[in-house]
Amino acid sequence: MFFETAKLAWRAISRNLLRSFLTVLGVVIGVAAVIAMVTIGNGTTAQVQSELARLGTNTLFVRPGQWGPGRASTEAKRFEDRDIEAMRNQISGLRAVAPLNRGSATVIAGGENRSSSVIGTTNDYLVAQDWDLASGRSFLPAEERGQAACIVGETVRRELFGAADPVGQTIRVSNISCPVVGLLSAKGQSGMGDDQDDTVIMPLKLHQRRIGGTNTISSVILSAQDGVSTAKVQSDVESLLRERRRIGVGRDDDFSVADMSQMAAAMTGTTTLLTGLLGAVAAVSLLVGGIGIMNIMLVSVTERTREIGIRLAIGALERQVLTQFLVEAVMLSIFGGVAGILTGLSLAYGVVSLLNVPFVTSPMIIFVAFAFSAIIGVVFGYFPARRAAQLNPIDALRHE
Amino acid sequence: MAHTPLIEFRQVSKFYGSGEATIRALDRVDLSIDAGEFVAIMGPSGSGKSTSMNVIGGLDVPSSGEYLFQGIPTTNFNRTQLTLLRRHMLGFVFQGFNLLARTSAVENVELPLVYRGMAVGERRERARLALEQVGLKGREGHTTQELSGGQQQRVAIARAIVTDPAVLLADEPTGNLDTKTSREIMELISRLNRENGITVIMVTHEEDIAAYGRRLLRFVDGRLAGDEVQAREAAHVL
Repeated sequence: MFFETAKLAWRAISRNLLRSFLTVLGVVIGVAAVIAMVTIGNGTTAQVQSELARLGTNTLFVRPGQWGPGRASTEAKRFEDRDIEAMRNQISGLRAVAPLNRGSATVIAGGENRSSSVIGTTNDYLVAQDWDLASGRSFLPAEERGQAACIVGETVRRELFGAADPVGQTIRVSNISCPVVGLLSAKGQSGMGDDQDDTVIMPLKLHQRRIGGTNTISSVILSAQDGVSTAKVQSDVESLLRERRRIGVGRDDDFSVADMSQMAAAMTGTTTLLTGLLGAVAAVSLLVGGIGIMNIMLVSVTERTREIGIRLAIGALERQVLTQFLVEAVMLSIFGGVAGILTGLSLAYGVVSLLNVPFVTSPMIIFVAFAFSAIIGVVFGYFPARRAAQLNPIDALRHE
Repeated sequence: MAHTPLIEFRQVSKFYGSGEATIRALDRVDLSIDAGEFVAIMGPSGSGKSTSMNVIGGLDVPSSGEYLFQGIPTTNFNRTQLTLLRRHMLGFVFQGFNLLARTSAVENVELPLVYRGMAVGERRERARLALEQVGLKGREGHTTQELSGGQQQRVAIARAIVTDPAVLLADEPTGNLDTKTSREIMELISRLNRENGITVIMVTHEEDIAAYGRRLLRFVDGRLAGDEVQAREAAHVL
C-alpha cells in the first residue's frame, strides 16, 4: 500500500514537472545555503586548526583585553617596552619574546606600489614564528634600536621587484625610506585566508615612531623552549602582568595570554556564531519554502477535487486520501532537500577549491537537512491533505 | 423475520437549509428493495431521486428516519463506516463516467481494489476479467482520453463490478451518450443484473432507459409517488 501511494505521488509530481520544480525551489535554496555555508565553514575551520597545529603549541599570544567574539580590546592598556623587558628577564624557559605592532601601509619601489601588511617587531619574531630568510640577513642591533631597515615577504618582492633580488634595494614604506636587508621565505596563505607573504617587517622602534606614532606595543608573541610547559609559562606571564598592571585580587585580567589551542577555540567560536546566524537565515528561507509547498498543494487539491471525489466514492478512506496527499508533499520537499544538498555541496566544493581550503563534508548536517526537509513536507502538507480528505464526496464529484 | 430486504428506507427525510427556506428533498419515504432487483428511479429534477440515490450510496445521510442495509441500521455510521459500506457492498456508475484522467483502463478498474489493499498481481487479474465482462478485452492499456464515451462508461461499469458488489448504483448512466451507445450500455447493465445477480438501482429521466428496469419508482416533491413492476418485455421494445 505504501508503495502504491508513493507511486501515485510520484505520478502527480512528474505530471507537472516544471511546477513541482518551482514549488520546491524555496526548499532547494534554503537547504543549499545551509549545506554550502556549513561545508565552507568546516573547511576554513579545519584549515585554521591545521595551520595552528603546524605553528606548534609552544607559542603564546599576549594581547591587551580579552579574547573571544564580541569582546573589545581597545579600552585595555597596551604594553610598554618595560613589560617586554620584564618578561624577558623574569620569565624562565622562553626562547623568544617578540613585541608586535601591526598595520598596513603603501609600499613603493621603483614605479610599483602596493598596500601591504607592515609589522614592527624584533628578530625574535622570526624565531617565534620559525620563519627563515630566503636571502639577506635579520636586523642588526643598531637597526633594532630604530635605524631604518626592512625585511620583505615573497609577495612584496614579486609585485615590486619582479624577478630581481630586493636585498640592497630601497623601498618607501609610508614615506620612510627603508633599505631592504632580507627576504623572507614563502609561507603561503594563513588559516584566515590572507597572504602571509604580503608583509614588510621593520624594527619595532621604527614602526612605533614613523607609522604607529606611539611608543606602546599592541601584542607580544612568546615562544617557550622545547620541553618547557606552556601552561607554566602562561601562568607566570599572567601573574607578572597582573602585578605590573596592578590588577587587584578578584578582578578580571585586562589582557589575555592564549596558546594556539585557545586561539583555535576562540576562532571556532566565531565560526559557530556565524553558523548559528546562517542557520537562522536558512530557517526563514525553509519556512518560506514550506509555505510555497503548502500553497501549491492547496491548488493541487482544488484542481483534483473531482479525482478526490471519485476516490472517496469508490471506497478510499479519509486516512488513505490524507496519506496520499501527505506523501506527495513529503516527496516534493524531500526532492527539494536532496536537490538542495547536492547544490549546496557542489557550491561549497567550488568555493572551497577557490579559497584553497579543504573540502570537509559533515554527514550530520546533511542528515539534518534531509530530515528537516521531510519534516517541512509533513508540516506544510498536512493542512492541504486534510482538506482533501475531508471533502464531501457528493460536492467533490459535482466539481467541474 | 423471514425476509430481510437488501435496502430499506423507514420514514427517511432529508432537509437542506433551515427555517422558511428549508427544502424537503426527501419527505418520509418508505421503500424496500430486494437482492437481485433492477430498479429504475424516475422523477423531475428536485423530486428527490438523486438524494435517495446518495443516501443509498452512503454519500449522504438522512435528516430523520432510518436507512437499513441488509437489515442493519446505518443511522449511527460514521464516515469511515459509510466508506467501508461503499467499498465492500456498492459499485458506482456516474453520468460523467468519472474516470481518472491520463490513467489506463486497467488502472482505473483496479483502483477500488488498491484501497482494499489487494496485491498487485491479483487485482490486475480481476481488473482484466472485469474489462472482459464489459467487452473491452484488448483495451486494458488505453488511457481515458483514448476511449470513446461508451467505452469510458464500460470502464466505469467494470470498475463498479470489479469488487463483486451487492448493488450497482447507476446515476444517469446514459446521460452523456447517444441512443445507440445508450442501448448497448443498458444491455450490458441488464445482463450483469440477469447473469451475475447483481442488484441494480438506476436513476434516469428518460422513459425508454427506465424501461430496462423491472421495477419503476417515481419520485415527486420528495415523496414516492409510484412503485410499479414493469413487464420484462418492455426492455426489448426500445
